[in-house]
Amino acid sequence: MFDFLEGYDVLGAFWTTVQLTALSAVGSLVWGTLLAGMRVSPVPLMRGFGTAYVNIVRNIPLTVIIVFSSLGLADIFGVTMGASDDFKLQGFRLAVLSLSAYTAAFVCEAIRSGINTVPVGQAEAARAIGLSFSQSLRLIVLPQAFRAVIAPLANVLIALTKNTTVAAAIGVAEAATLMKTMLENEAQTIAVGALFALGFVVLTLPTGLLLGWVGKRMAVKR
Amino acid sequence: MTEVSVAEEDAVATDELVVLKSVNKHFGALHVLQDIDLTIARGEVVVVIGPSGSGKSTLCRTINRLETVDSGTITIDGRPLPQEGRELARLRADVGMVFQSFNLFAHKTVLENVTLAQIKVRRANKQQAQEKARALLDRVGVGAQADKYPAQLSGGQQQRVAIARALAMDPKVMLFDEPTSALDPEMINEVLEVMQQLARDGMTMIVVTHEMGFARSAADRVVFMADGRIVEQAVPEQFFSNPRSDRAKDFLSKILHH
Ligand SMILES: Nc1ncnc2c1ncn2[C@@H]1O[C@H](COP(=O)(O)OP(=O)(O)OP(=O)(O)O)[C@@H](O)[C@H]1O
Ligand SMILES: [Mg+2]
Repeated sequence: MFDFLEGYDVLGAFWTTVQLTALSAVGSLVWGTLLAGMRVSPVPLMRGFGTAYVNIVRNIPLTVIIVFSSLGLADIFGVTMGASDDFKLQGFRLAVLSLSAYTAAFVCEAIRSGINTVPVGQAEAARAIGLSFSQSLRLIVLPQAFRAVIAPLANVLIALTKNTTVAAAIGVAEAATLMKTMLENEAQTIAVGALFALGFVVLTLPTGLLLGWVGKRMAVKR
Repeated sequence: MTEVSVAEEDAVATDELVVLKSVNKHFGALHVLQDIDLTIARGEVVVVIGPSGSGKSTLCRTINRLETVDSGTITIDGRPLPQEGRELARLRADVGMVFQSFNLFAHKTVLENVTLAQIKVRRANKQQAQEKARALLDRVGVGAQADKYPAQLSGGQQQRVAIARALAMDPKVMLFDEPTSALDPEMINEVLEVMQQLARDGMTMIVVTHEMGFARSAADRVVFMADGRIVEQAVPEQFFSNPRSDRAKDFLSKILHH
Protein backbone atom coordinates (compact mmCIF):
# COMPACT_ATOMS: atom_id res chain seq x y z
CA MET A 1 0.00 0.00 0.00
CA PHE A 2 2.88 2.33 0.77
CA ASP A 3 4.95 1.24 -2.17
CA PHE A 4 4.75 4.73 -3.67
CA LEU A 5 7.22 5.74 -0.98
CA GLU A 6 9.94 3.59 -2.45
CA GLY A 7 13.01 5.47 -3.59
CA TYR A 8 12.08 8.72 -1.86
CA ASP A 9 13.78 10.13 1.23
CA VAL A 10 10.67 11.54 2.90
CA LEU A 11 12.22 11.67 6.34
CA GLY A 12 15.30 13.41 4.97
CA ALA A 13 13.14 16.05 3.31
CA PHE A 14 11.21 16.68 6.50
CA TRP A 15 14.47 16.82 8.41
CA THR A 16 15.53 19.68 6.14
CA THR A 17 12.19 21.36 6.89
CA VAL A 18 12.82 20.96 10.62
CA GLN A 19 16.29 22.44 10.27
CA LEU A 20 15.02 25.36 8.22
CA THR A 21 12.32 25.99 10.81
CA ALA A 22 14.53 25.70 13.87
CA LEU A 23 17.36 27.90 12.57
CA SER A 24 14.97 30.50 11.20
CA ALA A 25 13.01 30.46 14.47
CA VAL A 26 16.16 31.26 16.45
CA GLY A 27 17.24 33.92 13.96
CA SER A 28 13.83 35.58 13.82
CA LEU A 29 13.32 35.49 17.61
CA VAL A 30 16.63 37.24 18.22
CA TRP A 31 16.26 39.77 15.42
CA GLY A 32 12.54 40.27 16.11
CA THR A 33 13.19 40.99 19.81
CA LEU A 34 15.82 43.55 18.86
CA LEU A 35 13.39 45.14 16.41
CA ALA A 36 10.71 45.29 19.10
CA GLY A 37 13.22 46.99 21.39
CA MET A 38 13.87 49.53 18.66
CA ARG A 39 10.18 50.17 18.12
CA VAL A 40 9.63 51.15 21.77
CA SER A 41 13.01 52.89 22.15
CA PRO A 42 13.24 56.54 23.19
CA VAL A 43 15.63 57.21 20.28
CA PRO A 44 13.60 58.45 17.28
CA LEU A 45 16.08 57.08 14.72
CA MET A 46 15.77 53.54 16.09
CA ARG A 47 11.99 53.81 16.29
CA GLY A 48 11.95 54.98 12.69
CA PHE A 49 14.14 52.12 11.52
CA GLY A 50 12.09 49.52 13.39
CA THR A 51 8.81 50.84 12.03
CA ALA A 52 10.11 51.10 8.47
CA TYR A 53 11.60 47.60 8.57
CA VAL A 54 8.42 45.97 9.84
CA ASN A 55 6.15 47.80 7.43
CA ILE A 56 8.29 47.07 4.41
CA VAL A 57 9.31 43.49 5.11
CA ARG A 58 5.94 42.12 6.19
CA ASN A 59 4.29 43.54 3.09
CA ILE A 60 6.59 41.83 0.61
CA PRO A 61 5.61 38.28 -0.37
CA LEU A 62 8.03 35.77 1.11
CA THR A 63 8.61 34.21 -2.30
CA VAL A 64 9.88 37.54 -3.58
CA ILE A 65 12.25 37.88 -0.62
CA ILE A 66 13.63 34.38 -1.07
CA VAL A 67 14.03 34.67 -4.81
CA PHE A 68 15.63 38.07 -4.38
CA SER A 69 18.09 36.70 -1.85
CA SER A 70 19.06 34.01 -4.30
CA LEU A 71 19.18 36.05 -7.51
CA GLY A 72 20.05 39.42 -5.98
CA LEU A 73 22.20 38.73 -2.95
CA ALA A 74 23.98 35.65 -4.19
CA ASP A 75 24.22 36.07 -7.96
CA ILE A 76 24.68 39.83 -8.21
CA PHE A 77 26.28 40.93 -4.94
CA GLY A 78 28.10 37.66 -4.35
CA VAL A 79 26.69 37.07 -0.89
CA THR A 80 27.06 33.33 -0.78
CA MET A 81 26.87 32.79 2.96
CA GLY A 82 30.29 31.13 3.05
CA ALA A 83 29.25 28.43 0.61
CA SER A 84 30.16 29.65 -2.87
CA ASP A 85 30.98 26.15 -4.18
CA ASP A 86 28.20 24.21 -2.55
CA PHE A 87 25.06 25.40 -4.28
CA LYS A 88 22.75 23.34 -2.06
CA LEU A 89 24.24 24.66 1.17
CA GLN A 90 24.17 28.19 -0.19
CA GLY A 91 20.48 27.87 -1.01
CA PHE A 92 19.76 26.48 2.44
CA ARG A 93 21.57 29.31 4.20
CA LEU A 94 19.98 31.97 2.04
CA ALA A 95 16.60 30.43 2.83
CA VAL A 96 17.33 30.63 6.58
CA LEU A 97 18.43 34.25 6.19
CA SER A 98 15.30 35.18 4.22
CA LEU A 99 12.93 33.32 6.53
CA SER A 100 14.56 34.93 9.58
CA ALA A 101 14.42 38.43 8.13
CA TYR A 102 10.80 37.96 7.08
CA THR A 103 9.53 36.23 10.23
CA ALA A 104 11.34 38.75 12.46
CA ALA A 105 8.86 41.42 11.35
CA PHE A 106 6.01 39.29 12.71
CA VAL A 107 7.90 38.33 15.86
CA CYS A 108 8.52 42.03 16.44
CA GLU A 109 4.84 42.85 16.19
CA ALA A 110 3.86 39.95 18.47
CA ILE A 111 6.32 41.12 21.11
CA ARG A 112 5.31 44.73 20.74
CA SER A 113 1.65 43.87 21.25
CA GLY A 114 2.73 41.96 24.37
CA ILE A 115 4.67 44.96 25.60
CA ASN A 116 1.54 47.05 25.16
CA THR A 117 -0.33 44.83 27.62
CA VAL A 118 2.11 45.80 30.41
CA PRO A 119 0.82 48.91 32.21
CA VAL A 120 2.93 52.00 31.38
CA GLY A 121 3.39 52.57 35.12
CA GLN A 122 5.72 49.54 35.22
CA ALA A 123 8.14 51.06 32.73
CA GLU A 124 7.84 54.49 34.35
CA ALA A 125 8.65 53.11 37.78
CA ALA A 126 11.62 51.26 36.28
CA ARG A 127 12.95 54.39 34.63
CA ALA A 128 12.20 56.54 37.65
CA ILE A 129 14.35 54.35 39.85
CA GLY A 130 17.35 54.68 37.55
CA LEU A 131 17.22 51.57 35.36
CA SER A 132 18.44 52.22 31.82
CA PHE A 133 16.12 51.70 28.88
CA SER A 134 17.49 48.24 28.11
CA GLN A 135 17.40 47.23 31.77
CA SER A 136 13.77 48.36 32.06
CA LEU A 137 12.95 46.33 28.99
CA ARG A 138 14.85 43.20 30.01
CA LEU A 139 14.11 43.15 33.73
CA ILE A 140 10.65 44.65 34.02
CA VAL A 141 8.70 44.89 30.78
CA LEU A 142 9.62 41.83 28.71
CA PRO A 143 9.20 39.29 31.55
CA GLN A 144 5.68 40.61 32.07
CA ALA A 145 4.98 40.85 28.36
CA PHE A 146 6.10 37.25 27.82
CA ARG A 147 2.81 35.64 28.79
CA ALA A 148 0.82 37.85 26.45
CA VAL A 149 3.36 37.15 23.71
CA ILE A 150 3.16 33.35 23.85
CA ALA A 151 -0.06 32.81 21.89
CA PRO A 152 0.72 35.19 19.01
CA LEU A 153 4.28 33.89 18.95
CA ALA A 154 3.02 30.31 18.60
CA ASN A 155 1.05 31.45 15.56
CA VAL A 156 4.13 33.08 14.08
CA LEU A 157 6.20 29.91 14.58
CA ILE A 158 3.52 27.71 13.06
CA ALA A 159 3.32 30.04 10.08
CA LEU A 160 7.12 29.88 9.84
CA THR A 161 7.05 26.08 9.71
CA LYS A 162 4.66 26.19 6.79
CA ASN A 163 6.49 29.08 5.14
CA THR A 164 9.64 26.96 4.86
CA THR A 165 7.96 25.36 1.83
CA VAL A 166 8.66 28.56 -0.07
CA ALA A 167 12.35 27.63 0.03
CA ALA A 168 11.44 25.19 -2.74
CA ALA A 169 11.50 28.20 -5.04
CA ILE A 170 15.28 28.32 -4.83
CA GLY A 171 15.76 24.58 -4.94
CA VAL A 172 16.19 23.69 -1.27
CA ALA A 173 15.36 20.03 -0.92
CA GLU A 174 12.75 20.35 1.83
CA ALA A 175 9.42 18.60 2.14
CA ALA A 176 7.46 20.59 -0.45
CA THR A 177 10.15 20.09 -3.08
CA LEU A 178 9.97 16.36 -2.60
CA MET A 179 6.18 16.41 -2.61
CA LYS A 180 6.20 18.11 -6.00
CA THR A 181 8.58 15.48 -7.40
CA MET A 182 6.48 12.64 -6.02
CA LEU A 183 3.25 14.13 -7.33
CA GLU A 184 4.77 14.26 -10.77
CA ASN A 185 6.00 10.67 -10.68
CA GLU A 186 3.42 8.74 -8.67
CA ALA A 187 -0.17 7.83 -9.34
CA GLN A 188 -1.41 8.04 -5.71
CA THR A 189 -1.59 11.82 -5.62
CA ILE A 190 -4.12 11.94 -2.79
CA ALA A 191 -2.03 9.67 -0.61
CA VAL A 192 1.07 11.76 -1.31
CA GLY A 193 -0.78 14.98 -0.46
CA ALA A 194 -2.21 13.48 2.72
CA LEU A 195 1.22 12.22 3.77
CA PHE A 196 2.80 15.65 3.54
CA ALA A 197 -0.16 17.41 5.15
CA LEU A 198 0.12 14.97 8.05
CA GLY A 199 3.84 15.59 8.24
CA PHE A 200 3.33 19.30 8.71
CA VAL A 201 0.63 18.82 11.32
CA VAL A 202 2.99 16.56 13.24
CA LEU A 203 5.59 19.33 13.14
CA THR A 204 3.35 22.26 14.05
CA LEU A 205 0.99 20.70 16.60
CA PRO A 206 3.58 20.30 19.37
CA THR A 207 4.71 23.92 18.93
CA GLY A 208 1.21 25.19 19.66
CA LEU A 209 0.62 22.78 22.54
CA LEU A 210 3.99 23.40 24.18
CA LEU A 211 3.75 27.18 23.99
CA GLY A 212 0.14 27.11 25.19
CA TRP A 213 1.25 25.11 28.21
CA VAL A 214 4.15 27.47 28.93
CA GLY A 215 1.82 30.45 28.63
CA LYS A 216 -0.58 29.05 31.23
CA ARG A 217 2.25 28.53 33.70
CA MET A 218 3.60 32.04 33.27
CA ALA A 219 0.70 33.96 34.79
CA VAL A 220 1.71 37.29 36.33
CA LYS A 221 -0.36 38.08 39.39
CA ARG A 222 -1.73 41.57 39.38
CA MET B 1 17.25 73.38 64.76
CA THR B 2 21.02 73.10 64.99
CA GLU B 3 21.11 70.79 61.97
CA VAL B 4 19.79 73.57 59.80
CA SER B 5 22.60 75.95 60.66
CA VAL B 6 25.19 73.25 60.03
CA ALA B 7 23.70 72.59 56.63
CA GLU B 8 23.76 76.28 55.83
CA GLU B 9 27.42 76.63 56.76
CA ASP B 10 28.91 73.89 54.67
CA ALA B 11 26.60 74.13 51.71
CA VAL B 12 25.90 77.69 50.71
CA ALA B 13 26.28 77.00 47.01
CA THR B 14 24.37 73.73 47.08
CA ASP B 15 21.60 74.85 49.39
CA GLU B 16 19.26 74.96 46.42
CA LEU B 17 18.60 71.34 45.56
CA VAL B 18 15.95 71.56 42.86
CA VAL B 19 15.73 74.65 40.69
CA LEU B 20 13.24 75.20 37.86
CA LYS B 21 13.72 78.32 35.76
CA SER B 22 11.10 79.57 33.27
CA VAL B 23 9.94 76.06 32.50
CA ASN B 24 7.34 75.72 29.76
CA LYS B 25 5.62 72.65 28.46
CA HIS B 26 2.83 71.98 25.99
CA PHE B 27 0.71 68.94 25.30
CA GLY B 28 -0.24 69.82 21.75
CA ALA B 29 -2.18 73.07 22.02
CA LEU B 30 -2.47 72.82 25.80
CA HIS B 31 0.08 74.96 27.65
CA VAL B 32 0.36 72.76 30.79
CA LEU B 33 3.34 74.46 32.42
CA GLN B 34 3.66 78.20 31.96
CA ASP B 35 6.86 79.95 33.01
CA ILE B 36 7.35 77.89 36.14
CA ASP B 37 10.02 79.22 38.51
CA LEU B 38 10.46 77.10 41.58
CA THR B 39 13.37 76.57 43.95
CA ILE B 40 13.44 73.87 46.58
CA ALA B 41 16.05 74.00 49.28
CA ARG B 42 17.83 71.00 50.72
CA GLY B 43 15.68 69.48 53.47
CA GLU B 44 12.62 71.46 52.48
CA VAL B 45 9.18 69.87 52.26
CA VAL B 46 6.98 71.47 49.62
CA VAL B 47 3.36 70.58 49.11
CA VAL B 48 1.87 71.30 45.69
CA ILE B 49 -1.89 71.69 45.52
CA GLY B 50 -4.33 72.96 42.94
CA PRO B 51 -7.40 71.99 40.94
CA SER B 52 -7.45 68.92 38.71
CA GLY B 53 -5.67 69.49 35.43
CA SER B 54 -3.61 72.39 36.73
CA GLY B 55 -0.34 70.61 35.86
CA LYS B 56 0.78 69.28 39.26
CA SER B 57 1.61 65.78 38.04
CA THR B 58 3.29 67.13 34.96
CA LEU B 59 5.44 69.42 37.12
CA CYS B 60 6.45 66.48 39.29
CA ARG B 61 7.24 64.32 36.28
CA THR B 62 9.41 66.92 34.59
CA ILE B 63 11.71 66.95 37.62
CA ASN B 64 12.97 63.45 36.82
CA ARG B 65 12.34 63.89 33.12
CA LEU B 66 9.55 61.38 32.79
CA GLU B 67 8.18 64.35 30.82
CA THR B 68 10.47 66.54 28.75
CA VAL B 69 10.08 70.33 28.80
CA ASP B 70 9.84 72.66 25.81
CA SER B 71 11.92 75.47 27.27
CA GLY B 72 13.54 76.55 30.51
CA THR B 73 16.01 74.70 32.72
CA ILE B 74 15.78 72.25 35.56
CA THR B 75 18.79 71.58 37.78
CA ILE B 76 19.16 69.03 40.53
CA ASP B 77 21.92 69.72 43.03
CA GLY B 78 23.51 72.22 40.65
CA ARG B 79 23.47 69.90 37.62
CA PRO B 80 21.12 70.37 34.69
CA LEU B 81 18.93 67.41 33.75
CA PRO B 82 20.82 65.30 31.20
CA GLN B 83 19.39 64.11 27.90
CA GLU B 84 18.23 60.52 27.49
CA GLY B 85 20.92 57.95 28.30
CA ARG B 86 23.19 56.70 31.09
CA GLU B 87 23.56 60.14 32.68
CA LEU B 88 19.83 60.53 32.93
CA ALA B 89 19.43 57.10 34.50
CA ARG B 90 22.02 58.03 37.10
CA LEU B 91 20.20 61.24 37.91
CA ARG B 92 16.87 59.47 38.19
CA ALA B 93 18.38 57.14 40.75
CA ASP B 94 18.98 60.24 42.89
CA VAL B 95 15.39 61.38 42.58
CA GLY B 96 12.92 59.05 44.27
CA MET B 97 9.40 58.92 42.89
CA VAL B 98 6.23 57.61 44.44
CA PHE B 99 3.23 57.22 42.16
CA GLN B 100 -0.46 57.40 42.86
CA SER B 101 -0.90 53.84 41.58
CA PHE B 102 2.17 52.43 43.41
CA ASN B 103 3.59 50.78 40.26
CA LEU B 104 5.38 48.03 42.17
CA PHE B 105 6.98 45.51 39.79
CA ALA B 106 4.19 42.94 39.55
CA HIS B 107 6.39 39.93 38.77
CA LYS B 108 8.84 40.54 41.63
CA THR B 109 8.45 39.95 45.35
CA VAL B 110 8.36 42.87 47.76
CA LEU B 111 11.97 42.21 48.71
CA GLU B 112 13.05 42.00 45.06
CA ASN B 113 11.24 45.26 44.35
CA VAL B 114 13.44 46.98 46.93
CA THR B 115 16.72 45.23 46.05
CA LEU B 116 16.52 45.30 42.24
CA ALA B 117 17.80 48.81 41.55
CA GLN B 118 20.31 48.67 44.39
CA ILE B 119 21.89 45.71 42.61
CA LYS B 120 21.41 46.79 38.99
CA VAL B 121 22.00 50.53 39.33
CA ARG B 122 24.07 51.00 42.47
CA ARG B 123 25.97 47.73 41.96
CA ALA B 124 25.43 46.68 45.57
CA ASN B 125 25.98 43.01 46.29
CA LYS B 126 22.91 40.91 46.85
CA GLN B 127 23.35 40.39 50.56
CA GLN B 128 23.94 44.05 51.37
CA ALA B 129 20.98 44.99 49.20
CA GLN B 130 18.75 42.53 51.05
CA GLU B 131 19.85 43.74 54.46
CA LYS B 132 19.17 47.31 53.50
CA ALA B 133 15.84 46.35 51.95
CA ARG B 134 14.72 44.54 55.08
CA ALA B 135 15.72 47.46 57.26
CA LEU B 136 13.75 49.86 55.04
CA LEU B 137 10.73 47.54 54.91
CA ASP B 138 10.80 47.40 58.72
CA ARG B 139 11.05 51.15 58.85
CA VAL B 140 7.88 51.58 56.79
CA GLY B 141 6.18 48.78 58.72
CA VAL B 142 5.90 46.04 56.10
CA GLY B 143 8.88 43.89 57.06
CA ALA B 144 6.65 40.85 57.47
CA GLN B 145 5.51 41.01 53.83
CA ALA B 146 8.97 40.78 52.27
CA ASP B 147 8.40 37.51 50.41
CA LYS B 148 4.92 38.25 49.09
CA TYR B 149 4.02 39.58 45.66
CA PRO B 150 2.61 43.11 45.35
CA ALA B 151 -0.88 41.84 44.43
CA GLN B 152 -1.08 40.08 47.81
CA LEU B 153 -0.71 43.36 49.73
CA SER B 154 -3.24 46.05 50.59
CA GLY B 155 -2.94 49.41 48.85
CA GLY B 156 -1.48 51.06 51.92
CA GLN B 157 1.13 48.32 52.24
CA GLN B 158 1.99 48.53 48.54
CA GLN B 159 2.49 52.28 48.75
CA ARG B 160 4.78 51.88 51.76
CA VAL B 161 6.81 49.31 49.82
CA ALA B 162 7.01 51.82 46.96
CA ILE B 163 8.40 54.38 49.39
CA ALA B 164 10.96 51.86 50.64
CA ARG B 165 11.89 51.03 47.04
CA ALA B 166 12.62 54.69 46.35
CA LEU B 167 14.49 55.18 49.63
CA ALA B 168 16.75 52.23 48.86
CA MET B 169 18.55 54.42 46.32
CA ASP B 170 19.40 57.04 48.98
CA PRO B 171 17.71 59.73 46.92
CA LYS B 172 18.52 63.40 47.35
CA VAL B 173 14.91 64.34 46.85
CA MET B 174 11.62 62.45 46.88
CA LEU B 175 8.70 63.23 44.59
CA PHE B 176 5.21 62.13 45.63
CA ASP B 177 2.37 62.40 43.13
CA GLU B 178 -0.87 62.05 45.08
CA PRO B 179 0.45 59.07 47.04
CA THR B 180 -2.76 58.53 49.00
CA SER B 181 -5.41 59.28 46.36
CA ALA B 182 -5.82 55.66 45.31
CA LEU B 183 -6.12 54.39 48.88
CA ASP B 184 -9.13 53.43 50.97
CA PRO B 185 -9.61 56.02 53.74
CA GLU B 186 -8.45 53.69 56.52
CA MET B 187 -5.08 53.23 54.80
CA ILE B 188 -4.28 56.85 54.14
CA ASN B 189 -2.87 57.52 57.58
CA GLU B 190 -0.38 54.67 57.59
CA VAL B 191 1.18 56.14 54.45
CA LEU B 192 1.03 59.73 55.67
CA GLU B 193 2.75 58.72 58.90
CA VAL B 194 5.66 57.25 56.97
CA MET B 195 5.91 60.45 54.94
CA GLN B 196 5.73 62.59 58.05
CA GLN B 197 8.58 60.63 59.59
CA LEU B 198 10.61 61.10 56.41
CA ALA B 199 10.02 64.83 56.58
CA ARG B 200 11.15 64.91 60.21
CA ASP B 201 14.29 63.00 59.22
CA GLY B 202 15.22 65.86 56.92
CA MET B 203 14.34 64.39 53.50
CA THR B 204 13.77 66.94 50.74
CA MET B 205 10.25 66.29 49.50
CA ILE B 206 7.94 67.57 46.80
CA VAL B 207 4.46 66.28 47.52
CA VAL B 208 1.39 66.68 45.35
CA THR B 209 -1.49 66.02 47.71
CA HIS B 210 -4.88 67.21 48.84
CA GLU B 211 -4.26 66.02 52.40
CA MET B 212 -4.43 69.35 54.18
CA GLY B 213 -3.53 67.79 57.52
CA PHE B 214 -0.25 66.60 56.07
CA ALA B 215 0.41 69.99 54.47
CA ARG B 216 -0.20 71.80 57.77
CA SER B 217 1.89 69.50 59.91
CA ALA B 218 4.79 68.53 57.62
CA ALA B 219 5.20 71.13 54.89
CA ASP B 220 7.54 74.10 55.02
CA ARG B 221 5.78 75.67 52.07
CA VAL B 222 2.62 75.27 50.04
CA VAL B 223 2.72 75.92 46.30
CA PHE B 224 -0.67 76.56 44.73
CA MET B 225 -1.03 75.87 41.00
CA ALA B 226 -3.84 76.71 38.62
CA ASP B 227 -3.95 76.52 34.82
CA GLY B 228 -0.30 75.62 34.50
CA ARG B 229 0.97 78.50 36.63
CA ILE B 230 2.21 78.85 40.17
CA VAL B 231 -0.36 81.30 41.44
CA GLU B 232 0.68 81.59 45.04
CA GLN B 233 3.13 80.14 47.56
CA ALA B 234 3.36 80.59 51.29
CA VAL B 235 3.95 78.77 54.56
CA PRO B 236 1.01 76.44 55.22
CA GLU B 237 -0.51 78.39 58.11
CA GLN B 238 -0.63 81.58 56.09
CA PHE B 239 -1.84 79.87 52.92
CA PHE B 240 -4.72 78.07 54.56
CA SER B 241 -5.89 80.85 56.87
CA ASN B 242 -5.22 83.77 54.60
CA PRO B 243 -4.86 82.95 50.88
CA ARG B 244 -4.20 86.01 48.77
CA SER B 245 -5.36 85.04 45.28
CA ASP B 246 -8.98 84.56 44.32
CA ARG B 247 -8.16 81.24 42.68
CA ALA B 248 -6.73 79.92 45.94
CA LYS B 249 -9.65 81.24 47.99
CA ASP B 250 -12.08 79.63 45.59
CA PHE B 251 -10.19 76.32 45.60
CA LEU B 252 -9.86 76.21 49.38
CA SER B 253 -13.53 77.00 49.94
CA LYS B 254 -14.38 74.01 47.75
CA ILE B 255 -12.12 71.45 49.36
CA LEU B 256 -12.43 72.60 52.97
CA HIS B 257 -16.20 72.45 52.96
CA HIS B 258 -16.18 68.67 52.74
N1 LIG C 1 0.42 62.66 28.18
C1 LIG C 1 -0.46 63.66 28.05
N2 LIG C 1 -0.90 64.00 26.81
C2 LIG C 1 -1.78 65.01 26.64
N3 LIG C 1 -2.29 65.74 27.65
C3 LIG C 1 -1.91 65.44 28.90
C4 LIG C 1 -0.98 64.39 29.16
N4 LIG C 1 -0.77 64.32 30.49
C5 LIG C 1 -1.55 65.28 31.03
N5 LIG C 1 -2.22 65.96 30.08
C6 LIG C 1 -3.12 67.10 30.30
O1 LIG C 1 -2.37 68.12 30.92
C7 LIG C 1 -3.14 68.77 31.91
C8 LIG C 1 -2.40 68.74 33.23
O2 LIG C 1 -2.33 67.40 33.65
P1 LIG C 1 -1.74 66.97 35.05
O3 LIG C 1 -1.88 65.49 35.13
O4 LIG C 1 -0.39 67.54 35.22
O5 LIG C 1 -2.74 67.69 36.04
P2 LIG C 1 -2.87 67.52 37.61
O6 LIG C 1 -2.79 68.88 38.18
O7 LIG C 1 -1.94 66.50 38.10
O8 LIG C 1 -4.35 67.01 37.74
P3 LIG C 1 -4.98 65.92 38.74
O9 LIG C 1 -5.25 66.63 40.04
O10 LIG C 1 -6.23 65.53 38.04
O11 LIG C 1 -4.00 64.80 38.86
C9 LIG C 1 -4.49 68.08 31.94
O12 LIG C 1 -5.40 68.86 31.20
C10 LIG C 1 -4.25 66.77 31.25
O13 LIG C 1 -5.38 66.35 30.57
MG1 LIG D 1 -2.11 64.53 38.86
